[in-house]
Amino acid sequence: MSNIHVTTTLNGDQVEYLCEPQETLLDVMRDRLDMTGAKEGCGSGDCGACSVTMNGRLVCSCLVLAAEAEGQEVETIEGMADGETLHPLQQKFLDHAALQCGICTPGFLVAAKALLAKNPDPTETEVRYWLAGNLCRCTGYDKIINAVMDAAAEMRGA
Amino acid sequence: MRYAAPTSISEATRLLAAEPGQSQILAGGSDILVQLKAGLAEPDLLVDIKRIDGIYDITSEDGGYRIGAAVSGAALGEHAGVKALWPGVVEALELIGSTQVQGRATMAGNLCNASPAADSVPAMIAAQAIARINGPDGERDCPVQDIPVAPGRNSLAKGEFVTSILLPARPANASDAYLRFIPRTEMDIAVVSAGVSLALDDNGICNEAHVAIGAVAATVLVVEEAAKCLIGTKLDDAAIDAMGAACSAAATPISDKRGTVEFRKDVVAVLAKRVAKIAHTRAGAPS
Repeated sequence: MSNIHVTTTLNGDQVEYLCEPQETLLDVMRDRLDMTGAKEGCGSGDCGACSVTMNGRLVCSCLVLAAEAEGQEVETIEGMADGETLHPLQQKFLDHAALQCGICTPGFLVAAKALLAKNPDPTETEVRYWLAGNLCRCTGYDKIINAVMDAAAEMRGA
Repeated sequence: MRYAAPTSISEATRLLAAEPGQSQILAGGSDILVQLKAGLAEPDLLVDIKRIDGIYDITSEDGGYRIGAAVSGAALGEHAGVKALWPGVVEALELIGSTQVQGRATMAGNLCNASPAADSVPAMIAAQAIARINGPDGERDCPVQDIPVAPGRNSLAKGEFVTSILLPARPANASDAYLRFIPRTEMDIAVVSAGVSLALDDNGICNEAHVAIGAVAATVLVVEEAAKCLIGTKLDDAAIDAMGAACSAAATPISDKRGTVEFRKDVVAVLAKRVAKIAHTRAGAPS
């Protein structure tokens, strides 16, 4: 099986890798690039734990082949904090205790960031629908929704 | 499996036609990647069509819109023109999966995947959408309703693939709508669905109607008897009830874990009636 050479932009940095045709973007990030922030929950696009953005669109990286990332701009959880300074969403998730085991958290954060980029002032209902593809089995969601609403308010004021 | 990402339609059709084994198209990947992982699809060649020039375009054409095969649900939902002209098609496509899936899933993929429960297909059929197909013998146009032939099977010949879908022009005082039944509010597959497109004349009398119902047969069904119940009426209660009954009579569902035959035959009438009323209001009828 011949490997495919891919050049892509990951969190603003040009990255090159070799991948097999059936490898997903999630596989390559985790197994070849040591970027283990995105999690594999279901591997079938149902849980959202592997959420990243590609050219600004929120996608499940388990449903993207690594080869498809050629020439694209991918943003992951690893690009969210600014050095030691957490993104407001990350800080609000801590403040509201919006995580327990943490497996779903990177996906929620990436998805919530994509929402606020598109809609800085969402209603609670809009937040809930936007995040319907991110599953959390610990928190019961309310803390997550509160954290997103609070972060949105802070970011609008900033 | 090999992966190819041709940059032109001719290169793609050549690759597909020359492949001695199984080949598959990759557009948004929200079906095929799941099928690959589950071992339900084992193609020798996967052809990613997203690097083809123009494949992401939405263009005006003769009063309608041509939607490129790689246009995602999210992109279509942001297009004010398409949303205004064919709100039922857009709302149907936007019901598929999560925000993440919307970032990738396409109308053409939903059509070619040929699921009887595909959300955008009843709406596209009701809209009389036309798929443009390219293949080794060139280009042809085909009504979308002729593409799915059985669950998971489509009518495309070897080497062919859908490159765009035309949502045609429509007269004034015309609109469409789509609804599905699922036991939750998001992230589910239709148990029953219905799409209706209709047009009204200057006196508010329906002069054109198309009704399509999903998840109640092996393919999405076009119910001409139901459309006939609406044409020539002002969509009074008797006409709407007759239309619902015609949908119920046409449905040949199976019982499975998501719904029984009786439930589906009952609910398809309920949904079709609601959808017709929504389309009627959108078409400008006094509500």
